[in-house]
Amino acid sequence: MSSIVPSVKPPRLAVREAPPADASSVAMAVDRLNAWFAENHVLRDISITFPKQQVTALIGPSGCGKSTLIRCLNRMHEVVAGARVKGEIWVDGMNIYGEGVDPVQVRRKIGMVFQKPNPFPTMSIYDNVAAGLKLNGVRNVSVLDEAVERGLRQAALWEEVKDKLKEPGTGLSGGQQQRLCIARALAVKPEILLLDEPCSALDPIATAKIEELLHELKTQYTVGIVTHNMQQAARVSSFTGFLLLGELIEFGTTDRLFTNPSDPRTEAYITGRFG
Amino acid sequence: MPRSSSLNWQDRLFRWACLGFALLILGLVAALAVELAWSSRLALRAFGFSFLWTQVWDPVREVFGALPFIYGTLVTSAIALLIAVPFGLGTAIFLAELAPPRISEIIGFLVELLAAIPSVIYGLVGLFVVVPWVRSVASPSVDAVLGWLPVFQGSPYGVGIFTAGLILAVMIVPFVTTVSREVLLTVPRSQREAALALGATHWETIWTTILPYARSGIIGSIFLALARALGETMAVTMVVGNRPEIHPSIFDPGYTMAAVLANEFAEATSNLYLGALIEIGLVLFGITIVVNGVARLLLYRLHDTSAVHV
Ligand SMILES: Nc1ncnc2c1ncn2[C@@H]1O[C@H](COP(=O)(O)OP(=O)(O)OP(=O)(O)O)[C@@H](O)[C@H]1O
Ligand SMILES: [Mg+2]
Repeated sequence: MSSIVPSVKPPRLAVREAPPADASSVAMAVDRLNAWFAENHVLRDISITFPKQQVTALIGPSGCGKSTLIRCLNRMHEVVAGARVKGEIWVDGMNIYGEGVDPVQVRRKIGMVFQKPNPFPTMSIYDNVAAGLKLNGVRNVSVLDEAVERGLRQAALWEEVKDKLKEPGTGLSGGQQQRLCIARALAVKPEILLLDEPCSALDPIATAKIEELLHELKTQYTVGIVTHNMQQAARVSSFTGFLLLGELIEFGTTDRLFTNPSDPRTEAYITGRFG
Repeated sequence: MPRSSSLNWQDRLFRWACLGFALLILGLVAALAVELAWSSRLALRAFGFSFLWTQVWDPVREVFGALPFIYGTLVTSAIALLIAVPFGLGTAIFLAELAPPRISEIIGFLVELLAAIPSVIYGLVGLFVVVPWVRSVASPSVDAVLGWLPVFQGSPYGVGIFTAGLILAVMIVPFVTTVSREVLLTVPRSQREAALALGATHWETIWTTILPYARSGIIGSIFLALARALGETMAVTMVVGNRPEIHPSIFDPGYTMAAVLANEFAEATSNLYLGALIEIGLVLFGITIVVNGVARLLLYRLHDTSAVHV
C-alpha cells in the first residue's frame, strides 16, 4: 500500500492546526462534509485529514456524530434509509463522493470494523476471513490460504485459531471474534482501516490485545478509530479529532490536544466536565 | 421464606402442567396412529406391505393397492414445491430487500390474503380457468417442445397431476413468502453491514450473507408449505382427475391420498374397502411424520454447525 503515491487535493481546512502539510503524507482528506439522517443534520462542515500510516482517533460525547463521521468515510452512512451526505472526501486523488464513483469500490479500499463483533455465523473461521476475497472473485485456493493466514497473523489471532480454521467463527470469544473481524477486513488489503469503538464490547485484556494490534497495524495501514475512552485515544493514536454536536471542534496531535487544548470545550471534555 | 417457597411451589406446578400437556399431545398422536392401524387391520392383514407398491385399486373385486395415491400425492406436492419455492422465495426477497416499504406492505397483505382463501375456491378457479388453459395451451405447447420425453407428453384432459400441482403451488406460495419474509426481516443490520463494508453489492449481500443467515427459517417455511401440499384435499380433488392410475406424463389424470379418502369414504360398503381407505390415511399420516422428522433433523444439523444465537 505504501507504494501508492496519492495526489490529494489540498483541503480547505477549517481546523486550527494543520497536520503534516505535504499531500504525500495524507491518506484521506475530508472537506466540508455534512451528513443527515432524514431531516436531522448530524454533521456540519467537517474538514479533517487522516495522515498516512498513523492512527487517528475521533473522540467526543455520545451522540456527537463520531459513528456517523467514520461511516461517511467508506460510504456506509448512505445504506441507512433516508441518510444523506454532502461534501468531499479525497483518497488517492479521487473524491469518493464524486460523480460516478461506485460505493462498492470505495468500501473495498477502505475497510471497517464495527462496535459489536459481527462474524458471519454460517461460515467457518477460514471462510469469514476469505469472504472479502471471494467477493472479489478470488477462487485460487493457495491465494486464499495465503491471504487468510496473513489476515489472521496481522490480527494477532493466527496462533489461537490455526488448528480450528474449519470451526464456526461464532464459537470464538468476544475478543477473538473482534480480531476475526479485523482479520476479515485486512485480508482484502485495504488502504485504510476504520474502527468504530472496536473494544466497547470487550474486557480489559481483550482490549489491550487490540490496542497492541493497532500499534502493529499502523506500520502498514492508515487507521481511523472512534473511541469513547480518552485513555484509549491517548494510548493508540498520534492524531485526535474532538467532535461536539456534529462539529469538529479541534484537531491536532494527540499529545498536544490532551496536554494543551486550544478550545475551552475540548478542555472541558478531556478534563471530564461533560460527556 | 414463605415467598420463595410459594414461588417454588408455583414453579413445580407449572413444570408438571407443561409436562402433562406435552405428554397429552404425545398420547394423542400415538392414539391416532393406533386407532388408524386398528381400523385398517383387515386391509393390513389382507395385503401386508405389498399394499404400498401395488397399483390395482378395484373395489368390485376387493383388490386394493395404494401406489397410485402415494405417487399422486408425492408428485403433485413435488411439482407444487418446484414452482412455489423459487417463486415464493423470490417474492420474499423482493418484499424484504428491494421493494419500497409501502409497496412491500401492500403486496405482503395480498399474499397473506391468498392463504385465507378457502380451498374450494381454488378448486373452482382451477376447474374453470386452469384446467382449460392446461388442456389448450400448457399441455400442447410443452408437448411440442419436450413431447419426446414421456413425462411431458401431452394429454387431452386438462385435469391431471400437473394441474393439481399448479393449483397447490399457488396455495402454498403464501406460506413460503410470508414466513421467509419475516425471517429475512429479522436478519440483524450488523450482518448486512458486515458484508457491505467488505465491498459486497446489494445482491452479493443478499446471496452470501442474508440468505445463509436466514436459511433455517426458510427451510422451515418450505416444510410448512410441503405439509400443507401433502394434506390438501378439496382443491386437488376437483382438478386431479381422480383416476387411480399411474401414467408417465404429468399431464395425465391421477389421484392423491387425501382425495381418495374424501371421495370414496361414503361409498365404502365392505369392511375391507373401508380398511384399505383407512390404511391410506395411515400411510399419509406416516409420510407427514417422516417429512416433519426430516425437517427437524435438517434444522438440528444446521443449528449444530451455524449456532445462530447472536
Ligand atoms: N440510524 C439512525 N437514524 C436516525 N438518526 C440516527 C441514526 N443513528 C444515529 N442517529 C443520530 O445521529 C446523531 C449522531 O449519532 P452517532 O451514532 O454518529 O453518534 P456517536 O458519536 O457515534 O455516539 P455514541 O458514542 O453513542 O456511539 C445522534 O443524534 C443520533 O440520534
Ligand atoms: Mg457510535
